Amino acid sequence: MENILSIKNLDITFRTNAGLIHALRGVNIDLPRGKTVALVGESGSGKSVTMKAVTGLLDDNSIINSGNIFYQDTDLLKLTKRELRQTINGRQIAMIFQDPMTSLDPTMTIGEQIMEGMLLHTKISKVDARKKAINLLAMVGINEPRSRMKSYPHQLSGGMRQRVVIAIALSCEPKILICDEPTTALDVTVQARILDLIKDIQSKMGLSVIYITHDLGVVAKVADFVNVMYAGKIIEFGTAEEIFYDPRHPYTWGLLSAMPDLETDDDRLYSIPGSPPNLLHEPKGDAFAARNKFAMKIDLKAEPPTFKITDTHGAATWLLHPDAPKIEMPAELRLRLARARKAANYD
Amino acid sequence: MIEPLLKVRNLRQHFKISRSFTVKAVNGVSFDIYPGETFGLVGESGSGKTTIGRSIIRLYDPTDGEIIFNGKKISGDLDRPTDKMLRQNMQMIFQDPMSSLNPRKKIGDIIGEGLDIHKLYSNVKERNEIIGEILKKVGLSPAHAERYPQQFSGGQRQRVGIARALVMNPKLIIADECISALDVSIQAQVVNLMKDIQAETKCAYLFIAHDLSMVKYISDRIGVLHKGWLVETGTTRDIFSNPVHPYTKSLLSAVPIPNPKIERHRQLIPYNSAEADYERCTLRQVSDTHYVLTDVA
Repeated sequence: MENILSIKNLDITFRTNAGLIHALRGVNIDLPRGKTVALVGESGSGKSVTMKAVTGLLDDNSIINSGNIFYQDTDLLKLTKRELRQTINGRQIAMIFQDPMTSLDPTMTIGEQIMEGMLLHTKISKVDARKKAINLLAMVGINEPRSRMKSYPHQLSGGMRQRVVIAIALSCEPKILICDEPTTALDVTVQARILDLIKDIQSKMGLSVIYITHDLGVVAKVADFVNVMYAGKIIEFGTAEEIFYDPRHPYTWGLLSAMPDLETDDDRLYSIPGSPPNLLHEPKGDAFAARNKFAMKIDLKAEPPTFKITDTHGAATWLLHPDAPKIEMPAELRLRLARARKAANYD
Repeated sequence: MIEPLLKVRNLRQHFKISRSFTVKAVNGVSFDIYPGETFGLVGESGSGKTTIGRSIIRLYDPTDGEIIFNGKKISGDLDRPTDKMLRQNMQMIFQDPMSSLNPRKKIGDIIGEGLDIHKLYSNVKERNEIIGEILKKVGLSPAHAERYPQQFSGGQRQRVGIARALVMNPKLIIADECISALDVSIQAQVVNLMKDIQAETKCAYLFIAHDLSMVKYISDRIGVLHKGWLVETGTTRDIFSNPVHPYTKSLLSAVPIPNPKIERHRQLIPYNSAEADYERCTLRQVSDTHYVLTDVA
């Protein structure tokens, strides 16, 4: 499988008043052409920073210590912000932000906002841009697109606004779409419709999509591949089936058990104790050790390497070391996974 | 038969925006909450769930209808003793732990404000002891009373919000989307804490949320709201295993399931809300505990 985007060993530090924050500690992500990759993690785990590095939106106080981001054959980190803006952003890689309430300009009509990127990035006349904008609005499912062109963002509902944001992202026919929590601010019924819309457009335009989210339900719906992030590292990666039916990292176990599904009837929800580490003080050993009830002595001393489970599945935990004691995942989760596998007819 | 702790009858809450335009946020909603139980209220944004919570605790003046709490009528004009009873026995936890705590006050003073107003202690030492106890109960330490809100993480702040509600020893706590701003692993911690506290103090919750799987987990009974109407109420089992109203079915079909092979092919059950004319509908009983809003015709 050919990767359209490949992030290699990305390592980023932020300079702040409080000191240096080591936000990304060697991140590797591959995006195969035409597929959907999800990046899952809690706030502060580094998911958004990774994507900001791809689009060149990192703040000025960031230091890129090492790493490459290959888009086809170009290393995006070698380009200046200006080159990135002129050749990559919008035309090759486009982004949808979390909050449709704040990512649109309240003083511009939505028509102007959709045309803005086209006029800036491509050689197109205003008349053609207008036609294209109307087509885009129709494609994202907005009724009466011609009259809607003159609307202002405040005249639209949250779901409609997110559709407009998607239309803007698609205006220059990008190859990669990055969705940063595209539906967190929306209701479940609207969320389902927006996710279906993105899927539909993806197959029509042959897009490769990256989802940043903390909602595992959304991940199950859209993703082909999943990367679980914790404290600036990918701690487990695999196909969606491997992550949901056969997770190996205790943090992934915790995430899956902390989310009640509609079928569980447990009295008590499993919760991961404590809170994510502050990367101002870099953790020694495994960053998750302090919250991990399966932690061993070695977890406090040395950082676990990534152990390969299959060609597509890997996890960074000492539990997978050949010498490690055999540890079973919590019983409730094991039952839940068995039920899920059975429902899905997964061997 | 146990008397309900809270009886809401035909609650209407309208907001007059201009001479010709009124927002009808809540339209004739009725439900009961029994002592020590959790009643979940779900619905989309704009369905009126937050408004109901705020009308009950009298942050708004209800337009019409009757609210009876603890045997006293709390809708309409409140007299002094009823107001005092209401403020002591009903408390609220807000959605956003970042903006619901006064950044200029110490945690101890935020929690102690209700005690100060109702003069529930005899000396400062006793006050500080009560605050220290409550902080311990929500998983913080008494030393935290001297700190300011910005020194805490989101999950810890929400614990302070819970402590502030608990310190009055209320009979009913209205939790308005109190976990939606938190991370998944922290959500589970806070929900477990709320369950533990309920087991200990026997307080009742009105749990307002849009996350159906969390509501299912914490609630004994659930009410589904749509456009200001309560379209279905029942026990958690009634709603989830035997949904009757088409809107409830549509809502349930939209909740993502963490199971990729199934979720990828699941279809949303559509619901055309334009067709529904709730004005003509009445609540019909399906079983002992289960009611649905249906067309009479």
